[in-house]
Amino acid sequence: MPFIPNTDADRATMLQAVGASTFDDLISNIPEKVRFKGALNLPEALSEMEVLEELNALANANQDTQKVTSFLGGGAYDHFVPSAIGAIISRSEFYTAYTPYQAEVSQGTLQAMYEFQTMVARLTGMDVANASMYDGATALAEAMLLSVAHKNRKEVVLAGKINPNAVAIMQTYGHGQEIHIRQSALENGGADLASVRELVSDKTAAMIVQHPNFFGCLEDVHELQKIAAENNALFIVSADPISLGILEAPGNYGADIVVGEGQGLGNTQSFGGPYLGLFAAKSQLLRKIPGRLSGMTVDKDGNQGFILTLQTREQHIRREKATSNICTNQALNALCACIYMSMMGKEGLTQVASLSIQKAHYLANEIQKLDGFKLKFSRPFFKEFAIELPIPASQAIAKLLEKKIHAGVDLKMAEENGLLIAVTEKRSKAEMNSFVEALKELC
Amino acid sequence: MNFPEDLKYTKEHEWVKLLEDGETVLVGITDFAQSELGDIVFVELKEVGTQFQQEAVFGTVEAVKTVSDLFAPVSGEIVEANAELESQAELVNQSPYEAGWMVKLKMDDKSQLDGLLSAAEYKAHIGK
Repeated sequence: MPFIPNTDADRATMLQAVGASTFDDLISNIPEKVRFKGALNLPEALSEMEVLEELNALANANQDTQKVTSFLGGGAYDHFVPSAIGAIISRSEFYTAYTPYQAEVSQGTLQAMYEFQTMVARLTGMDVANASMYDGATALAEAMLLSVAHKNRKEVVLAGKINPNAVAIMQTYGHGQEIHIRQSALENGGADLASVRELVSDKTAAMIVQHPNFFGCLEDVHELQKIAAENNALFIVSADPISLGILEAPGNYGADIVVGEGQGLGNTQSFGGPYLGLFAAKSQLLRKIPGRLSGMTVDKDGNQGFILTLQTREQHIRREKATSNICTNQALNALCACIYMSMMGKEGLTQVASLSIQKAHYLANEIQKLDGFKLKFSRPFFKEFAIELPIPASQAIAKLLEKKIHAGVDLKMAEENGLLIAVTEKRSKAEMNSFVEALKELC
Repeated sequence: MNFPEDLKYTKEHEWVKLLEDGETVLVGITDFAQSELGDIVFVELKEVGTQFQQEAVFGTVEAVKTVSDLFAPVSGEIVEANAELESQAELVNQSPYEAGWMVKLKMDDKSQLDGLLSAAEYKAHIGK
């Protein structure tokens, strides 16, 4: 099968149409000396069967969570994904890579967005949510941009430990606008309140906290909110939506903007994406929210209908005055989350959260009993915790992978020593006990 | 189309009304401006206390199809902003010279008023 399925006759017709007699004739305005001559450095062509074999071999080399027990976290988690999600999103009405704009978007898609927004707003305790963003990290960066535009201030303060990848994205977003991102000191794996008080001032557009933070620890969000409010800065909370099944909704403790990574809500890990950014805010910020929002209305006959609304801040109307140039959303991933939340319901989500926290604490206790292992921090934690171990984390990760266990995330990515371990509701007691056994054998 | 004789106007379609104290002015956009913009859905004004030079942007007005800057007709400081517009931007369409006023400015230099257009000059400017 030729890679480019043009026959000689096809080519002749095309050349004739543009008035060239040969291919060389067509490219005659490209000087001889810059034309590549010789053979391209490519392997021999393969048949379709051979290509499939090769790709299957590569795919099988992946140590995915179907084959390996995963304690990986740091932003992406192995939560259970109900089978119904795959079936529903595969409907051709939903399953498209194309972002439908106002004129083409169907009522069903708009209603799904609207339901998603409603559930995100309720989960976070906020007044309004958008139809989603690229992922949790870009949602956080957009929240930062919003705060800078809203407060007309150029500094933001990171309270406690935020995912280093998300911070890198914030720095990229903030670079052109000369936003100054200041990191508070850490104390026992969380925000050092004295340091936060020192950094937050009348120049601060927003104080940003991840809760639970990158190390899995809970932050003193009530105290942090007070510091932000005293300085008339926005209080931005990046939350794990699963944790909100059991932790207080950020809206209840005064968050102005809540963002989060929605992968855990019915989306597979998919080797890193596409993921789902959650973005919710207080109604006072409604007109500055990035992205698209679906709204419910009635038509001239009084029938219920849904529309894309309040997206005027972007390219359509606000153009250079917009605080964001985002004009799309992760519709299919948002639909997964929407189906997940509707299937789980309030109680189901609480159960997922409780199982995750109980199992994480069981595993943490068992690991602490091992010689040379201990929890890195003593703060309360949700489903993720950092440990210190007697050998470098990278070695432990490599050794445990031989036993079909993903031990966790090397904290080197956060310039720390240790291992970050995540436990979801999917992990069985037997799997956790095997993990502990495997760790014991390391030393 | 209505252009009250007792107001001053700018080429950028703002109107200015000198208040009785002789120090402050009310500012809004003209009947012509609101009718050209169409349905106004949002008015965003700078905070009270903000200082401006003449012709600086003191806010934006958002209609269904566009967003326009608002230009200060005189130098001064915002001493009051029309809070009604936060929830009822349509007042600008319904009543551009009364309920739809936008900001009250304390003038730095009253002589700047002399440089603004009269109703007749403004009408000529927009070709009415």
